[in-house]
Amino acid sequence: MIAEYLTTRFGLPEWLACGGVALVQCLILLGIMMFAAALFTWMERKVAGRIQDRLGPTRVGGRFGWLQSVADGVKLLAKEDLIPGEADGLLFRLAPYVSFCAAFCVYLALPFSNGWVAQHLNVGVFFIVAIAGLEVFGVILGGYSSASKWSLYGAMREAAQVVSYEVPLGLCVVIPVMVAGTLDLVAIGNMQRGWGVNWLVFHNPFLFITFFIYALCTLASTNRAPFDLAEAESELVAGFLTEYSGFRWSVFFMAEYGSMYAMSGLGAILFLGGWHGPIPLAEMLGLSYANHAVLGWLGDLLGAGNFLCKAFLGVAAMMWLRWTLPRLRIDQVMTTCLKYCVPLAAAMFVGTMLWTYALPGGLLPRSTPLGAVAEAPPWTAPRAARGERP
Amino acid sequence: MINWHTCFFLLFATITCAFAVAVVVSANVVRMAVCLIASLAAVSGLYFLAAADFVAAMQLMIYVGGTLVLLVFGVMLTARGPFVSMKITPANWLMAGLAGGALLILLLCAATSVDAWKTAAVAASAPAAEGGHTVAPIGMALLGIRVDALEQANPALRGGIAGYLLPFEIVSVHLLVVLVGAAHLARARRRRRPAEAVPDASRSA
Repeated sequence: MIAEYLTTRFGLPEWLACGGVALVQCLILLGIMMFAAALFTWMERKVAGRIQDRLGPTRVGGRFGWLQSVADGVKLLAKEDLIPGEADGLLFRLAPYVSFCAAFCVYLALPFSNGWVAQHLNVGVFFIVAIAGLEVFGVILGGYSSASKWSLYGAMREAAQVVSYEVPLGLCVVIPVMVAGTLDLVAIGNMQRGWGVNWLVFHNPFLFITFFIYALCTLASTNRAPFDLAEAESELVAGFLTEYSGFRWSVFFMAEYGSMYAMSGLGAILFLGGWHGPIPLAEMLGLSYANHAVLGWLGDLLGAGNFLCKAFLGVAAMMWLRWTLPRLRIDQVMTTCLKYCVPLAAAMFVGTMLWTYALPGGLLPRSTPLGAVAEAPPWTAPRAARGERP
Repeated sequence: MINWHTCFFLLFATITCAFAVAVVVSANVVRMAVCLIASLAAVSGLYFLAAADFVAAMQLMIYVGGTLVLLVFGVMLTARGPFVSMKITPANWLMAGLAGGALLILLLCAATSVDAWKTAAVAASAPAAEGGHTVAPIGMALLGIRVDALEQANPALRGGIAGYLLPFEIVSVHLLVVLVGAAHLARARRRRRPAEAVPDASRSA
């Protein structure tokens, strides 16, 4: 859309316009991910400190130690970059980037507001779940290629854990999709507009429980405590990260924080109304495309703020859990998944199915009927509808 | 004017083929798996290019994700030490070359034998008209409404076009039976032990 504008208005050649727009989008997403990683590193230290009755970082950059991430980054870049002599050098170097690529690709299909998405995919939910499951591949590669038994143990634990937790995670994602009737994340988000009671988490009691199962499974699939068995420092030195140092180590962590934020964002869209706040401020203030294009854009900006806040709160909850709960044993991890999460998720699936059959409108009164078509900015319409050749 | 579709097609096709060759050439199980994943992911890119979003996501989920499990089992079953390389004899090469070559010739013959694929109309309609919105038609087809076949004029033919629900159910029940069988085979066998051995074991644990 913007590429066409550049071509017609400024006479740029088509390849330059398309390539430039694609590059800018990629850089924006990369910037969001990097900024999130830096912010969360600092926040993790602060949260950990406060929960353990310490202060956390206080000195770097003035009052709250808010430049701590920059100092960490400089330290990591300056650190010596070691590769064990026994290691498979190619795979050892490749592994962090595999993790990072998978974590980054999730952002390609994640909408930040009404139509604010790099690639508006018709199968957005499915794509994100598929790509997020690939992040573990980097962990396994890193663990294997380090030629260290601690690394290999960590990698194998991670593989077993992630493959198991994909089952309940997939089931939990299917349930809101079933209620919404579409795999398109933008459409699912737009269905929940209006007051907070329209959020899918309040659609029925089964979806309410599903949300908590989803939160548990995201903890496990992003390899966060109490499920961080892959890097259990009390038993495995540092698990798959044992042989990594410096920049490569930090790439793994950027991937971890990036995927934490992405999974929280997915949860926000599927359950917590996406970019619609608990109070429909944008509609009250008349910020819609029906009034003016700029007003509509401002409404979308407000929505993006809503979405970022919700995803941020999700990450904060993950940190809170990490520093509160002790690490599980591997058998407890498997028991939680196979004996509790999977049957519960399946029961919630059947329950939601029966509920939507008996009470299609939900229990709470909705300010807009479910499935009502929300107004969308003109460029989010399918290309065929705009009469264009893709 | 550059045809971007062709450019990206060539790019993804090259990646697919190059990594497929690398799978065959490399001798380390894990490197093979990495190449296989790159090749399969590039195939998924080809599907996205053909505006088949659903199949592309499926490819990522099933094939690329499934290779992960394959990799784990490959490492666990074959590696006695770190980084074992496989020894491949010339006889293996010959057998594999014969089987693979025969399949390749068969596929090439099949692909070039359909006259309808060579016309200009097919080339012009290459990016699908729906722009990747394939999920709803697939879902309807599963329920018995073939959106693509609604215009079928011949009533006799139209009666024969059914949905995919029955084949889907047959396959899923079949898979369920396989899973139950696998669980049965892999279950821990209860052995008859002397009665006094059991409390000992629990005490030491």
